[in-house]
Amino acid sequence: MDAILLQILNGLDKGSAYALIALGLTLIFGTLGVVNFAHGALFMLGAFCAVTLQRLLSLSYETIDETKTDFLGNPLKVKTPYVEGWFGPEVGGAIIDWAVPLSVIIAIPIMVGIGYAMERGLIKHFYKRPHADQILVTFGLAIVLQEIVKYFFGANPIQTPPPDALLGVVNIGAAFGLEIAYPIWRMVYFLFSVAIIGGVFSFLQFTTFGMVVRAGMADRETVGLLGIDIDKRFTTMFGLAAAVAGLAGVMYGPINPPNYHMGMDFLVLSFVVVVVGGMGSLPGAVLAGFMLGILESFASTTWATTTIPGINQIIIYLVAIIVLLTRPRGLMGRKGVMED
Amino acid sequence: MLGLNKKDMTLLIVVAILTLLAPFILNPFPVDSGMAQFNAGYPDLMQRFVIFGILAIGFNILFGLTGYLSFGHAAFLGVGSYAAVWMFKLLSYNVVPAILFSVILAGLFSVLIGYVSLRRSGIYFSILTLAFAQMSFALAYSVLSNPKFNLTNGETGLQVYADDPQILHRDGLPDVPHLFGWAMRDNFLELKLGGWEFTFNNGYYLCAAILLVVFYLSIRLFRSPFGLMLRAVKSNQQRLNYTGLNPKPYTLAAFIISGMYAGLAGGLLASMDPLAGAERMQWTASGEIVLMTILGGAGTLIGPVLGAGFIKYFENIFSKINDNVLHQWFSFMPDGMEDFLVFIVHPFVGKGWHLTLGILFMLVVTFLPGGLVEGGQRLGRLVRSRGKKPEDPKDPEHHPKETPHVAE
Amino acid sequence: MGILEVKGVNKRFGGLQALGDVNLSVAENTVHAIIGPNGAGKSTLLNCLVGKLIPDTGSVMFDGQSVLGRTPYEINQMGISRVFQTPEIFGDLTVFENMVIPAFAKRDGSFRMHAFESVASEKDIVAHAEEMLTEVNMQDKIHMHAASLSRGDKRRLEMAMCLLQEPRLLLLDEPTAGMARADTNNTIDLLKEIKEKRDITIAIIEHDMHVVFSLADRITVLAQGTPLVEDSPEKIRGNPKVREAYLGEAA
Repeated sequence: MDAILLQILNGLDKGSAYALIALGLTLIFGTLGVVNFAHGALFMLGAFCAVTLQRLLSLSYETIDETKTDFLGNPLKVKTPYVEGWFGPEVGGAIIDWAVPLSVIIAIPIMVGIGYAMERGLIKHFYKRPHADQILVTFGLAIVLQEIVKYFFGANPIQTPPPDALLGVVNIGAAFGLEIAYPIWRMVYFLFSVAIIGGVFSFLQFTTFGMVVRAGMADRETVGLLGIDIDKRFTTMFGLAAAVAGLAGVMYGPINPPNYHMGMDFLVLSFVVVVVGGMGSLPGAVLAGFMLGILESFASTTWATTTIPGINQIIIYLVAIIVLLTRPRGLMGRKGVMED
Repeated sequence: MLGLNKKDMTLLIVVAILTLLAPFILNPFPVDSGMAQFNAGYPDLMQRFVIFGILAIGFNILFGLTGYLSFGHAAFLGVGSYAAVWMFKLLSYNVVPAILFSVILAGLFSVLIGYVSLRRSGIYFSILTLAFAQMSFALAYSVLSNPKFNLTNGETGLQVYADDPQILHRDGLPDVPHLFGWAMRDNFLELKLGGWEFTFNNGYYLCAAILLVVFYLSIRLFRSPFGLMLRAVKSNQQRLNYTGLNPKPYTLAAFIISGMYAGLAGGLLASMDPLAGAERMQWTASGEIVLMTILGGAGTLIGPVLGAGFIKYFENIFSKINDNVLHQWFSFMPDGMEDFLVFIVHPFVGKGWHLTLGILFMLVVTFLPGGLVEGGQRLGRLVRSRGKKPEDPKDPEHHPKETPHVAE
Repeated sequence: MGILEVKGVNKRFGGLQALGDVNLSVAENTVHAIIGPNGAGKSTLLNCLVGKLIPDTGSVMFDGQSVLGRTPYEINQMGISRVFQTPEIFGDLTVFENMVIPAFAKRDGSFRMHAFESVASEKDIVAHAEEMLTEVNMQDKIHMHAASLSRGDKRRLEMAMCLLQEPRLLLLDEPTAGMARADTNNTIDLLKEIKEKRDITIAIIEHDMHVVFSLADRITVLAQGTPLVEDSPEKIRGNPKVREAYLGEAA
């Protein structure tokens, strides 16, 4: 019982990331009719927002501590981050410690901006072009973005630790008399994702803006005929999807140190998630994201990997193939979407 | 001749001359000159030109004709390489069984992947092939490489070891891939003329001969009723269905053929250098195949070969350029200017080749969807119309333009 | 016993009864028109005949064989060709290539791996295609891109593609929709000519009464998914029920 629960919990963090990326992919596909191969790159850029902020906050100046000497007998040079210099070691230290959660604040405007720029500068010109062209141009963009990041940050993964307070493990089964040790940060990531997913859904459900977008997803032409400037709203939608992917990336850093190709790794799996969930279905994307994340976690247990070596690497693809052969429309796919 | 019309025959002859004389054509600069760095007549680079040419020709049969954009063709390339190396390990270093087996295995693989992927079209198809390729990569990289069952040798890559059976190996045969004793890595002629050097490599000529054969086959396919049906699939599947034709087996056949071309290319890669690694199957490799085809001109006969050559050439040149070379180039400028230019260009060369590739990708798709071939045609029309303009006021509405033939 | 027998066909989309107990018999070598106001279920009925939709109940027999559950290409191979409301042709291909494709389909069936000989070497196919193009007066446009044809020529091409297969039943879905009067008259003449030259059964769905009364031997009036009456054109003209349901607005 404990073991099963633990595996479910272990799948939640990856599942959350899949769900958030797949959600954005589906939003963009549903509203703009574009499959965005650069969406994984947005996830990666989000993670590097956190890396950048962490580096900025750690910028230091050197002072010479006359009272101490190093092993050569010279006066000791002490590095002090500017932030600590300005706010004092207490507050400054806390700011550096909380760099990742703080990045959320700066990542939102940055990611929305990147999303806007992408849509206005590039994707907009491809609405009337064949799907193949859309795929190819966003694919090219994905390569460019990840190569730029590689140029500035190098090819190796970069450690982005969570705040000390959120480091460590908590027994979340205690209330039920179970022994389930679970890293705090993963819990945070899951709750954070649920909050974002909830936010996106309520935004679509309860605002006029969301209503127009949902109507647009169902029938773009008619909404256009009503005299609603649907294109402008769709641009905003793109910004929103970019922000969702970015935030998923920001908070993912402490779970897996970001590297330049993490975007593509997640993108391919998120596509599979979208296909399994059903192209064009937002709840399908979220559901399939969590399901596949949990499934992957079960496949990673020692029992599974000793029975079938490497099953954890391919389980998602296998499930996707089975789903596609038995339910070509995906779990919650709508009729008429992508069925030429 | 050979069942081709005059135009296609000319094209085949031109390609034949270019590939057979490539050691001369690609080495236009004397060895000692500063321009020697732009030479491309080295055996391994020339081999890559033709091998990737074969790959792109095959990809074009699927994408260029049917419009189905596969993002997983690198998987077949990898399968072909593994198959060839296994033949080396089990039978002997002779490349004939290796190449045959790589084509067959890639064909079987493409039946499997094609059957599932082709249940859907459009974006779905692209995503599915991408997922399959990533799955193959995962399989090759870790799943099929464990102590109990080691098919791919994981990260290290599959290679031939001294204790492999090689049951057909005889004394006197070279201990490297060979064609009935004719070692692939050897040069049968090294020519020194004045300051120039030209190398004639066994492996290259084997690849070139195979390229010519498969290029010829692809011309026949393009002109055949089957090729016409594939273009009809791209143009209007609804009409095809209501004309009594079943698009499914046509697209599947195209998929399998193009998978076999990729397997052939993989087998040749392994025959030139008997090593197969999983990275050959990664999505970046698939993307590169797509780019070659688009850059040259999808749907045209010669485009993919041009695209493959273009990309492999510039990959080689760009990767060699480092800051010292850049400083040399810009040395005629004032110091500050020189440093600035080096600083600007630096991210795009050397290890930054992929960045250049990505930018190229976006530019081609955005501005030149027809690729180099279309670019050439536009240029040609521009030159021609300039010469003619005064006495030939054509009204496009009343003289709709005739369809250009597929291969122009 | 007609060449096409539709018996008791029902089709529902959610809460909407698109077709209710449709019975229809098209006699061989006649022109049978199906008319009715918008939303009467004409297109649904047509889609049930060609395999695009499968009726919930009932049977559709062509020449004694059921078409239900067969795919569009199988139904075409049985001898039913369809002309669409907006011409469906291979826009990226030349007029000649457009004509060659149905010729191959007729000769080789729904799939043949024929990847080595060139199209040009198939003399009988080429001759067949050229002959048909001459018949519809398009031989001068043979090397044009089909997409660059005028709308009227596209319709002509599509019709020629269908006729080349010598179908036993030709289905026309509003062949004159959106056409100017002159083009409509040309189409009527073309259809009359086609009918004179060969033994063919034509089922036509049409809005334009002028077209219907110039061509049809028999007319079925569809209203709200159910056949109202089926009779000769003269009788239909005088039928008060039809006037009320359909012609009322026009008369």
